[in-house]
Parts: sequence; C-alpha cells; structure tokens
Amino acid sequence: MDSQLSNDEIRRYSRHLIMPEVGLQGQQKLKNASVLLIGAGGLGSPLGLYLAAAGIGKLGLVDFDVVDESNLQRQIIHGTSTLGQPKHASAKARIHDLNPFVEVETYNTALSSDNALDILRPYDIVIDGTDNFPTRYLVNDACVLLNKPNVYGSIFRFEGQASVFAVKEGPCYRCLYPEPPPPGLVPSCAEGGVFGVLPGIIGTIQATEAIKLIIGAGAPLIGRLLLFDALDMRFRELKLRKNPNCPVCGSHPTVTKLIDYQQFCGIAPTSDGLTDEERITPRQLAGVMGAPGTHPFLLDVREPHEWEIVHLNEATLVPLNTLAGHFDELPREQEIVVYCKGGTRSAKAIDLLKNAGFHRIKNLEGGITRWATDVDPSLPTY
Amino acid sequence: MATRISIPTALRQYAGNNSSVSIEAPTVGAALKTLTAQYPDLGKHLFADDKLRSFVNVYVNDDDIRYLDGETTPLTERDEISIIPAIAGGNAKD
Ligand SMILES: [Zn+2]
Repeated sequence: MDSQLSNDEIRRYSRHLIMPEVGLQGQQKLKNASVLLIGAGGLGSPLGLYLAAAGIGKLGLVDFDVVDESNLQRQIIHGTSTLGQPKHASAKARIHDLNPFVEVETYNTALSSDNALDILRPYDIVIDGTDNFPTRYLVNDACVLLNKPNVYGSIFRFEGQASVFAVKEGPCYRCLYPEPPPPGLVPSCAEGGVFGVLPGIIGTIQATEAIKLIIGAGAPLIGRLLLFDALDMRFRELKLRKNPNCPVCGSHPTVTKLIDYQQFCGIAPTSDGLTDEERITPRQLAGVMGAPGTHPFLLDVREPHEWEIVHLNEATLVPLNTLAGHFDELPREQEIVVYCKGGTRSAKAIDLLKNAGFHRIKNLEGGITRWATDVDPSLPTY
Repeated sequence: MATRISIPTALRQYAGNNSSVSIEAPTVGAALKTLTAQYPDLGKHLFADDKLRSFVNVYVNDDDIRYLDGETTPLTERDEISIIPAIAGGNAKD
C-alpha cells in the first residue's frame, strides 16, 4: 500500500533526498510511517513540528488539555492566537500549516486502560511525552503488549532523560524502574517548574530517534539512557539492561493485560484525605480575614521564589520541605490556614501538622491561584 | 581518594542544594551510608527500611549497581556514582 512521493513532495524534502542516509527510499518510509504522540505539550511541541516537517505520513495526537498562557514559555507548537483552544486542535492546525501532506488524527481524551490498546494499535511508533507516572506505566505496558517501540523522554527543571523502550531486543521502562515513586516523594513539574528550552532539546532527541527507527539509520537509543543537564551543559549515557524478571517484558510476565495505573501509582481517585472541616474556600477565608477579631494564622508552604511572585497579606512563609523543623514557631491554639499554589502541597502540610499534634488546621482549597480568581483578581497567577 | 556522587536536581533540596558530594568509601553502600548520615532527609528519599527504593537507581560510572554487586560494589578513586530517580515530567500541566 506504499504511496509514492509527488513532485511537490520531492521539492519539499529535497534536503533529505540528496542525503544517502535518507534518500528517496528513506523519505518514502517516512511517508508510509505513522507515529502517535501522547501529549501535545512541552515534549509534544517540538516532536509534532519536527516529525511533521520531516514528512511522517500520519501523526496521532492524544491530548485533552487546552492552551493556557503559562504553556507558551515552552509549548511552541501553540501560540497566542490559539489560547483557550484544545491543544490537539491548535497543534493540528500548526502541523498542517507547516506540512499539509501530513495526515493528523486527534484524540481528545485522556489515555486510559480502556482505550490505550485501541488508540495505539494502528501506529508504528509511540512517543511518550506525558507528565505523570500512571500514564508513563500505561504507555509502557501497552507498547510492550502491542510490541511497539516507545520513544521515551522526561524532563524536570534543567534535567532530561531519553531512551527507546519496548522493542524486542531492548529493555522497557519497567526494566529501569519496576515501580513508581509513591505520590509526594518526587516533586512534579507543576511544583518544580521547567526550563522552557529543555523540552525543546529532549523532544527533538525523541523526534530524531523516531525518524532513525523508521528509516533504519544509525544506532538507536535502545538499551541506553541519555541524561542531559542544561546547567552543566552535559550529556551522559547510562547502560540499560533488559531485566529477565521484568513483570511486563520478562520471560515470565505477571502483567499480561493493562491494569489500574492510578492504583498502581498509589493515587487515590479524588480524595486528598481531608475532612470537610479541614477545608476552607478563598471566599470563606476572605470573609474571616475581613471581619474584626482574631484572624487565623496564614501559613504559606510554597518556595521563596514563589512567595516573591505573589503572597497573601499577613501570611508566614515556611516551605513544605522545611516545615518539620519549624513546628515550634507555629501557634498551637490559634487556627492555622495553610495554602500553596493549588492546594496539593498544603494538603501534604496538613498531614504533617496533624501528625505533629496540631488540630485547628484548614486547607485553602485551590490555593492562592483560586484566591486570585475568586477574591482578588489584581494578583498575578503563575 | 574520594568518590564523586552526583545528586539529581529533584533531590538536591535534601542534600544542601549540592549537585555533587565527594565521599571516601570502599563500597557503594558505604558511600551512600555516609552521604545519608550527612543528609538525613535525603536518606528518607533514597531508602525505605534500609533498602534502596525501587524508583531510585544507582550507577557506578555507566553501570546500574543491580547488574554489578549491588551495594557491595567496590569503588576505585576514578569511579563516579550517579543517583537517578524516576522523573515523569513532559507535558508539564500548570
Ligand atoms: Zn521490561
């Protein structure tokens, strides 16, 4: 069912065609290939652009998020003109502008154990650009079960990793990390931030590997974990081995179908473990703070550089990771309202405080972000 | 001679914000023990019940210690230890 390159396509891809490593044959392979991108965000942006420019015949995009201003610091496939649009639609339009010869299929959904196999099955290569452990393990297991290469990339602040998993001869993600970290032990990107150029570098490496796999050129990143540190400007490489006892790709696999990955990663469906008495909304808090009498003690558990961007009047800063050393400085009899950016870190802080014997504590629901939306729109959000 | 242990970004806050720490030790296990004695908070992230956590890999040069002699892997002065935890970021929702 191979389709031939048209004269227009030959003109477009001429810089590939005159290289013996790609040539007419390689370019035709690209045209007949299909690649699925899980996530059209930081990594998905350079991936989508470069794979489209290279002339991949069909790109699939799985994303159910919408373009937000805070994405544009790194998600360069989107633009100011597509703010508020679904990311899959914004990315599709940009890809078609770059290369109308690429067929784009979009999936406006979260990848789940119910839909993953059906979504992945038609594609030759899967590229993992997600931001959470449940989806990483889901993509890995689905790729192993379907015997598809999984071009992996991951980023945190100034640091990135890349590899190619789940091909017969190489290891998979579970060979590297059999189990995910329990929630809260490793900070997420939303908490840790990310250097805007970093996904550009790691995503471009993933695009390179996908193209190499398709045209069969060079030495693929199989069995190797590439590490990149943007601050030191250093690339390193670690050896990865296929674990014969790997639960999914080993010789006696125990995972033979997709499982509940939220549960596997220790994430309870919605609960943060707080009772209704331990919650306060920004509007409720504003009412209390505006009334005469004793105000609650406002505890900000974010990082100092976040405090510099914006904080609440009367608040005291004690970053979550130093909280355990500062219990003595907190009032035991006064009510304490804990807040962070969105309410997750403050919920963890409340756990710590409860274990330390504090009992009059409340979590500011939605954090300072929701305070800015609901109470004081003059404050910046980040 | 001291061995350099490189600390990943995600865990630097528990290691005095150092990107690497040099430690004199005969084995990987001994080096990690000295490191976590110096930084107890880091210990909580690396070990559970005295065992390396399953989302933390330790390498001597470019080899995973799981495929060497684990924590008894001997160190020579030119070796470098890397701690590589799983990181999940990519799409980075705000
Ligand atoms: Zn495996």
